[in-house]
Amino acid sequence: MKQLLTGDEAVARGAWESGVMFAAAYPGTPSTEILENLSAYDEVTAEWAPNEKVALESAAGASLAGVRAIAAMKHVGLNVAADPLFTFSYTGVGGGTVIVTADEPGMYSSQNEQDNRNYAKAAKLPMLEPADSEECLRMTKLAFEISERFDTPVLLRMTTRICHSKSVVTVGPRRLPEAQPYRRQISKYVCTPANATKLRIRKESQLEALQQFAEATPFNRVEYHDKAVGVVCSGDCYYYAREVFGENASYLKLGFTYPLPEKLIADFCSSVDKLYVIEENDPYLEEAIRMLGFFPIGKMLFPRWGEMTPDVLRRALYGETLPTLSFDESKVVPRPPTLCAGCPHRGFFYELGRRKNVMITGDIGCYTLGSAKPFAALDSCICMGASLSMGHGAAKAFQALGADTKVVSVLGDSTFFHTGINSLLNNAYNGGANVNVVLDNRITGMTGHQDNPGSGYTAKGESTYAVDIADVARAFGIRYVRTVNPNNLQQVRETLDTFLTLDEPSVIITRWPCALKKFSSEDRTEFPGAFSQKLTVDRDRCIGCRLCMAAGCPALSFDAVAKKAVVDGIQCLGCGVCSQICPKGAIGKKEAE
Amino acid sequence: METKSILLVGVGGQGTILASKLLTLGLLEAGFDVKMSEIHGMSQRGGSVSSQVRYGSRVDSPVIEMGGADILVSFELMEALRWLNYLQPSGRVIVNDYRIPPMPVITGDAVYPEGILEELQQVADVTAIDAAAIAASLGNPRVMNVVLLGAIVKSMGLTEIDWPHIIRENVKLAFAELNIKAFQAGMEAV
Repeated sequence: MKQLLTGDEAVARGAWESGVMFAAAYPGTPSTEILENLSAYDEVTAEWAPNEKVALESAAGASLAGVRAIAAMKHVGLNVAADPLFTFSYTGVGGGTVIVTADEPGMYSSQNEQDNRNYAKAAKLPMLEPADSEECLRMTKLAFEISERFDTPVLLRMTTRICHSKSVVTVGPRRLPEAQPYRRQISKYVCTPANATKLRIRKESQLEALQQFAEATPFNRVEYHDKAVGVVCSGDCYYYAREVFGENASYLKLGFTYPLPEKLIADFCSSVDKLYVIEENDPYLEEAIRMLGFFPIGKMLFPRWGEMTPDVLRRALYGETLPTLSFDESKVVPRPPTLCAGCPHRGFFYELGRRKNVMITGDIGCYTLGSAKPFAALDSCICMGASLSMGHGAAKAFQALGADTKVVSVLGDSTFFHTGINSLLNNAYNGGANVNVVLDNRITGMTGHQDNPGSGYTAKGESTYAVDIADVARAFGIRYVRTVNPNNLQQVRETLDTFLTLDEPSVIITRWPCALKKFSSEDRTEFPGAFSQKLTVDRDRCIGCRLCMAAGCPALSFDAVAKKAVVDGIQCLGCGVCSQICPKGAIGKKEAE
Repeated sequence: METKSILLVGVGGQGTILASKLLTLGLLEAGFDVKMSEIHGMSQRGGSVSSQVRYGSRVDSPVIEMGGADILVSFELMEALRWLNYLQPSGRVIVNDYRIPPMPVITGDAVYPEGILEELQQVADVTAIDAAAIAASLGNPRVMNVVLLGAIVKSMGLTEIDWPHIIRENVKLAFAELNIKAFQAGMEAV
């Protein structure tokens, strides 16, 4: 049967068809939908793990117990999971295990553009790179087979466009692999130096066998057309190159890209006149081809960053894109992403942004948008959990320097559970003085509302214990812990006033649900009437001072002709932040129509 | 058949994703090879967004390149201008005459430019429709996206496909008839 699926959906389907029993992930664009789709299958135990390391380790455990398992993550997530990755590569698997890395050429929703193909090489893992959704499904199935046949986890490397593009897929039934009875294998799974040394040597012979496999697999294929031009490519770059060269070039399309099929590559490179390597991010294929003694045109011509979409290729090759219209581009104003109307981060950032002599260490999530105007209330954002530990280091440094700069560290609930929890433990243990703020919006927001250890529900929608962040902080030994409503500006202000004077670590939890969240029954009890109101501007009272524009709310704009603030009645959710900023009390609740 | 490219652009939250989903399902049912690409994540939070739909007998790139779109459908006025580079010079623009101020305008760092529609009309084949008003007249401003879907279908000559069936299969039952009305109103608007 044919279906139109995204790459993420096709990976989930492929895993299900392969008989996968266990799946774990931490949400991260563009990989999130893999686990979301797997959680819909009754036969699959699918879990949101607090972070990628835990996800991969859970999958490894399930594999040892004998079932097929999958762990999915975004590219930077694999950094978190790198510790188990490198040694799991040595032990190999019980049930077949696939690790999905979703890279982000172009950095649409990420803090960097790392090329995780390098991880395959570094961790000595076979790697597959699908070019469309059909290949996502077929390669996922092949990955489980390779994993069991060669006794190694397999890396499935995707990119944003592969994950989030839809194309036609032929789906099939689910087939369970033969059950593997569990038995203790100390020399295989207990990586003491004595055992690991043998496994290390075994890994090399595995890679030799995998290279033979790479030479023969139909996923590494040559398409000969005009031999004057040859293109070596993998993933979506194959289709981008086809778009530009059509049948005026021959292609070596690589789908199994570690270890590389050196003989196949050498044969292709020898048989074409002009040789291009088209790949996103690092010159991964190009360097390997150079090692074989060929001199392809690659990163000397094509950009080292961003996506290699057809227009990028055309510009590099011919100096211009397809013809376009010319028009007055000055009429286009930038439209950066913003905190949504009703976002519970707004009130907190409004108050925090007004503080002077404060360093604000930030983190990964919607609240990174606190760095944008009008708040501009963030000094750093590096990786998940870093806000609390960077804030600790900075506070210690200011202390050593005798500076009176205060430090506020800001992260979300899911990011707290991810790795921030370790950082908070450090701050309590080593006695820093930064104010640790958890913006608890009751869900993992940026990636599209996934449950987490604090939300009270699992990936399967089953009810579970909701961890209380305040309890965690107190258990760590932190004495000053306060939970506030971020929409209550006075409460936020007074709490910041008090906590910024402390000489010991403290925790503020702002607790209010994401404006886009589908409420649970607990939410309805805890936040009755939330988002049910709309505000309106009393035009007689409004003096056009524009102070409310500092709320940075997309539902609030300024009518420059009438010189009055205007509330967009469709977008407004009645959080009330702007009405507390207004010095004239001109913004109030709209009477129900 | 040569590959056709439809570029839907707008502001995160306007419903471009649902419109492009319905569009691709209809095209698949009509027997085309179809690819669709969109960006999720951070840009969705009130930022500029696009959904790219390509169909034909064999589609290579899921991404529409600059100068490659047969039709540009903009759910917001200024977004049409932002993405105009992606239109073929002979292509067509359908623009929703509806403004959403971006954050630099809200904060007072920029003003929402005047004369955008005139600029568009000067250089391209433009049909402006007031999808917001049409949707509001049907009783729900949120069906603006399906009004625009109707306009796309008419403009691309895809009226043979059983769209009411596609809509019924893919939107909540309670909203199906409203969406079909919105779709038909969109067809009539171009």
